[in-house]
Amino acid sequence: MTARESLLVLLVDDYPDNRDIYVQFLTYSGMQVEEAENGHQALDKAFALHPDVIVMDLSLPGLDGWEATRRLKDDPRTRDIPVIALTGHALAGHSKGALDAGCDAFITKPCLPERLLDEIRAILETARTRSGDTTT
Amino acid sequence: MAPARTTAARTGAKPRPSAGAASRLDLLEALLLARDPEQCSQRALTWLQRQCGVRRALCLAADAARVRLVPVASLGLPSQRLDRFSVDLDVRDHPLTQALLSSSPVLLSMNGHASAVTPLGQGPVQAIPLAPLSPRHLPAGLILVSPPIQAAAGDARWLARVLGPRLAALMETRRAEESEQRLHRERGLLFGIINAVTDPILLTDADGRIIIANSRAETLLAADEDQSEGRRQAVTLNNMLFSAALSRHAIEGVGAPRHEMPLVDPVDGSDLLFELMSTPASPDSRQAGGIVSILRNVTDLQRATAEIEENYRKLRHTEADARAERDRLDLVIDSVADPILVTDPGGNIVMMNAPAERLFVARPEVDSEEAHRQVQANDAHFSSFVSNLFFEGDSRRRTGGINLVDPTTFASLPMEAISGKIVSEHGEVTAVVTILHDRTEEFERARLYEELKKASAELENKVRDATSELVRQNELLRRSHIALEQASALKSQFLANMSHEFRTPLNAILGYTSMLLKGVSGELSGQQRRNLERIDSNSHHLLSIINDILDISRIEAGKMPLTLVDFVIPDVIGEVLAEVEPLIARSKLAVTHELGDALPLVRSDRQKVKQIVINLLTNALKFTPQGWVKVTASYDKRLDRVAIAVTDSGIGISPKDQEIIFEDFRQADDSPTRQYTGAGLGLAICRRLTQMLGGELTVRSALGEGSTFTLTVPGAPRDE
Repeated sequence: MTARESLLVLLVDDYPDNRDIYVQFLTYSGMQVEEAENGHQALDKAFALHPDVIVMDLSLPGLDGWEATRRLKDDPRTRDIPVIALTGHALAGHSKGALDAGCDAFITKPCLPERLLDEIRAILETARTRSGDTTT
Repeated sequence: MAPARTTAARTGAKPRPSAGAASRLDLLEALLLARDPEQCSQRALTWLQRQCGVRRALCLAADAARVRLVPVASLGLPSQRLDRFSVDLDVRDHPLTQALLSSSPVLLSMNGHASAVTPLGQGPVQAIPLAPLSPRHLPAGLILVSPPIQAAAGDARWLARVLGPRLAALMETRRAEESEQRLHRERGLLFGIINAVTDPILLTDADGRIIIANSRAETLLAADEDQSEGRRQAVTLNNMLFSAALSRHAIEGVGAPRHEMPLVDPVDGSDLLFELMSTPASPDSRQAGGIVSILRNVTDLQRATAEIEENYRKLRHTEADARAERDRLDLVIDSVADPILVTDPGGNIVMMNAPAERLFVARPEVDSEEAHRQVQANDAHFSSFVSNLFFEGDSRRRTGGINLVDPTTFASLPMEAISGKIVSEHGEVTAVVTILHDRTEEFERARLYEELKKASAELENKVRDATSELVRQNELLRRSHIALEQASALKSQFLANMSHEFRTPLNAILGYTSMLLKGVSGELSGQQRRNLERIDSNSHHLLSIINDILDISRIEAGKMPLTLVDFVIPDVIGEVLAEVEPLIARSKLAVTHELGDALPLVRSDRQKVKQIVINLLTNALKFTPQGWVKVTASYDKRLDRVAIAVTDSGIGISPKDQEIIFEDFRQADDSPTRQYTGAGLGLAICRRLTQMLGGELTVRSALGEGSTFTLTVPGAPRDE
């Protein structure tokens, strides 16, 4: 794994404005952000770039977020990458479906950029702790 | 010898002055030797023929027993003339009777009449009376001769003197002999009769010894030496019993009642019972003439008597039973309310009970003429009904209707008549019993029943119509319910989708605003910041409305999950106050809280309790222009309920609005010009959530005096 100066976030969302907000804010917060607008792109970029964290909107055209997450979690190359699910659907069942698919966290829209940042930081901390534990 | 004598008589037929003494002596000897009156008189007539030249002669003897003159001997007469010839001596004017009583011979009439009186035929007849046996007696008889004796009249008179006594003596002897024979015959007959009598008859002497006994009596009371020992003993016993009975009878006298006397049958040893009737043989009981006893066998009689008595007793008993039965029957029949009549085969009423009398018997002193006519009409109807039954040969029973009229009220009585024949064991109809049953009530009931049935049918139709209508409406309702459910589901789905669609752009608005306010795009001027804050505030308000709508949709769709945990209320209140802090700060109201002692653990959905309290508190802040807001928590141990109350000194709610505020999209002031913003969903959601938690949300308020909203939830179940 090539070392990077800063964290790389793969942001998957089909709504450009939302992508733009989070890109701006995460970049502003000192992170590198790669974008994908559907599930296939997300898989391609994940395998190619191996980001530190993936923010996955679940409602996507074509291959949706649940399926994309399932495939990432089934592949040994991407299994360790934390996935934060993001959805506008607040109905019961969505969060459970997301966790079943292998998501590590679940955020309901509307989600202010700083909240997303907080969530990314928290999950990376958890991941670091866990990997630290395993390396120790 | 007789022809010789006849020859001699004929030779001596020549009249002679007098019969020789030798001839008379011969006749006397012959007369004395004669055995019977016929022989004696025949010899006398023969002598007369020889001595006196008589050609025809007849000797008649007086029969003292019969008081008649009867022929005993004749001469020169055909015997048939003598048949049945006799003369009644009681007929005193008869020529022969007179001739008999005259002392000397009589010449009977010279004319032709003599033949009518005597059987001697034509010619003069001389009647010579014969001398009696003694002067006390009647003349012994009469000799009729023809021709009359003249020359030898002395001989004739001598003969009359000699023959008379001798003939009378012979006649007397014959009579005695005949009498003896008759007695003997009669005695034999008597014995035959006595023996023929089946009852024992005995004649005993004064000492009780048996003089005469008939065969039946001998069987019982006499035994030969050669008979068996048992039989002899039985006879001995019987004799003792008989003697005892006889002596008792003798003591008690003639007028004594009949005695019963038990004896033993010596032949078969069976017990016999006799009735002893004893009477002295001669009327004068003092004479030792003996006693006649008749024993009447009453063994069978006694048995029969006993049987008769038994039968009589049974008969009496049966009669009593029958009478009791009849009395009971009468009572029963009279107590029956329906008229009952008994008719004989002639159609006449022979018996009826009181109810029948009311219909069929006229009371002359009471009833009017019209009533009488009705009674007669009733009788006619009834008679025709019953006579029909008599004509219907086979059927023993007949049921039919007769229309009668009550003679007192003149009310029409539709009667059902049931007649039954009473048939003797010979198959003859002896009577007909008829029961009449008033069917007026029955008809009335039937009519009412018909009406009821009609009404019931109508009702049934109505019910059927109503039911089918109900079914139709139910079906409509069911369909509309399904449609509603579908619509509701669609609405929920629509709202869920809409809220998602709303959130995406809202997310962008909120995101950009937030970034701008954070200075991501550089520093902002004061005015820019204020404007951005307005955008931010309105965006958040829009978000809260969308969230409320989503909540309502989720609750209605049954998709609001409950997450039950144990927690304490003060923690929740602390968090609420912290979250609402920006609003509190902006409101400039005095917000306090008061937590009661011993608040217990609560098991509920913590997030929802918090949501409700936030809602109540924000409402209080919103509707309180100035003053204070207080949040209190308390515990009712008795009801095990925790209460969280939010009290304010705000505008208050009028009583009529206190329910409206819990409805969807409603505020107390619904007017377009209302002062307070908000979708009006907050309390509606709170109440629904409260219900989900098994709690209660109440309001206590008065216009202008503030409000208190209280949420109560059940305490946590005691830990096991």
